Amino acid sequence: MIALLDYGSGNLRSVQKALQKVGAEVRLATRPEEMRDARAVVLPGVGAFDDCVNAMKRQEVFEAAREFIRSDRPFLGICVGYQALFERSAEFNSCAAGLGIFAGKVVRFTEQPGLKIPQMGWNRIEIVKADCPLYRGVPDGSFVYFVHSYFPKPADDSLVATRTDYGGSFASSIWKDNVFATQFHPEKSQAAGLKVLENFVALTR
Amino acid sequence: MLAKRIIPCLDVTGGRVVKGTKFLNLRDAGDPVECAREYDRQGADELVFLDITASSDGRPTMIAVVQRTASECFMPLTVGGGIRTVEDIRAMLKAGADKTSLNTAAVQNPDVVRAGAERFGSQCIVVAVDARRVPGSSPQRWEVYTHGGRKPTGIDAIEWVRRVESLGAGEILLTSMDADGTKAGYDIELNRTVSEALRIPVIASGGAGTLEHMANVLLNGKADAVLAASVFHFGEYTVNDVKRFLQEKGVCVRR
Repeated sequence: MIALLDYGSGNLRSVQKALQKVGAEVRLATRPEEMRDARAVVLPGVGAFDDCVNAMKRQEVFEAAREFIRSDRPFLGICVGYQALFERSAEFNSCAAGLGIFAGKVVRFTEQPGLKIPQMGWNRIEIVKADCPLYRGVPDGSFVYFVHSYFPKPADDSLVATRTDYGGSFASSIWKDNVFATQFHPEKSQAAGLKVLENFVALTR
Repeated sequence: MLAKRIIPCLDVTGGRVVKGTKFLNLRDAGDPVECAREYDRQGADELVFLDITASSDGRPTMIAVVQRTASECFMPLTVGGGIRTVEDIRAMLKAGADKTSLNTAAVQNPDVVRAGAERFGSQCIVVAVDARRVPGSSPQRWEVYTHGGRKPTGIDAIEWVRRVESLGAGEILLTSMDADGTKAGYDIELNRTVSEALRIPVIASGGAGTLEHMANVLLNGKADAVLAASVFHFGEYTVNDVKRFLQEKGVCVRR
């Protein structure tokens, strides 16, 4: 069973359906006790960094998520759920601290002529960690779906699993040990995205 | 590089497609979910459902359509038509929509744009703008219309899109009322003017008759995406035909 953290994120249902489509048994977890026995945890996200972090704290799943990650079981963060793994965000008025699993800050795309912010749509991933289990059977250069204005800048470059170019190269996903996270939305990325989720689910078997 | 998006649009009422592609290969071409699946198969980048039900009685039916679609199609889905309040937005997102499109309601109550963006994020607030050229204006101006293009508002389209962007809109769905239904091409000047005035993406709508029109609005009109209904009508072109053509013209598309 995979626990999908339900803290009011808008894309919850999409993630749930996509995980079920690739064969996962999914439980919506709103409380710490609902995720402790899970084989894996998925932290979805859409919207603002602070909303995500504050809602997790209110439901007491913030600390539980950190504990879960320490237990070495597979963890997947999506979009804001990826950003939340870092220390803090530069997002407007942000004052909440992230989970701090990884060192680094969440930053905004740099304004430049002709660059639309948010990045909204399909862009390519360059797979820089070919051994990352999430990208087994996913062709290098695949298009995946992004919707975001911010992205994490990991202090440790060796975390980076894929890079994407949008007015410059950024870390579109990371992997370290049991922790995976994507800035793109695998649940909205048709075949390529379902493959990523299928690979994640396979880690729980 | 971000790909330009091809977005088919289906008009839905009472749970049935009333305007949109008549797929001959489908068992039930009037079923929005079957149509969505077909567009998914063709490689559409997103889908828009426009709920043209006049009364709010049809809302539960539309929610059921969105739920069924979201269970089967793993691509971004926008729902527009009759969405007036933050509660309407919440219900559609909860059903599985990724974005909601506001038109008349945004003009009547711009605060719904701000409140929706604050609560759910800018990424799910699309503001649909119906714009018509103001005759004789120099430089060229466009006026915003509401109520399905029937009611002039006196609002300047460029001022309006700037305002909704500052309120938190994540995207503009821009329909040229002069071009809509003509099949004579998009209003390139309108699209370029709006796109250059904003940092958020612009979806061009209205006027597509040929594949050349789509290339033109993406390349010269600086649009980020094209919405199309009638160009896919009667299976004239598939999404993949459109993308192959655009790629030959040097447009970055996802294939």
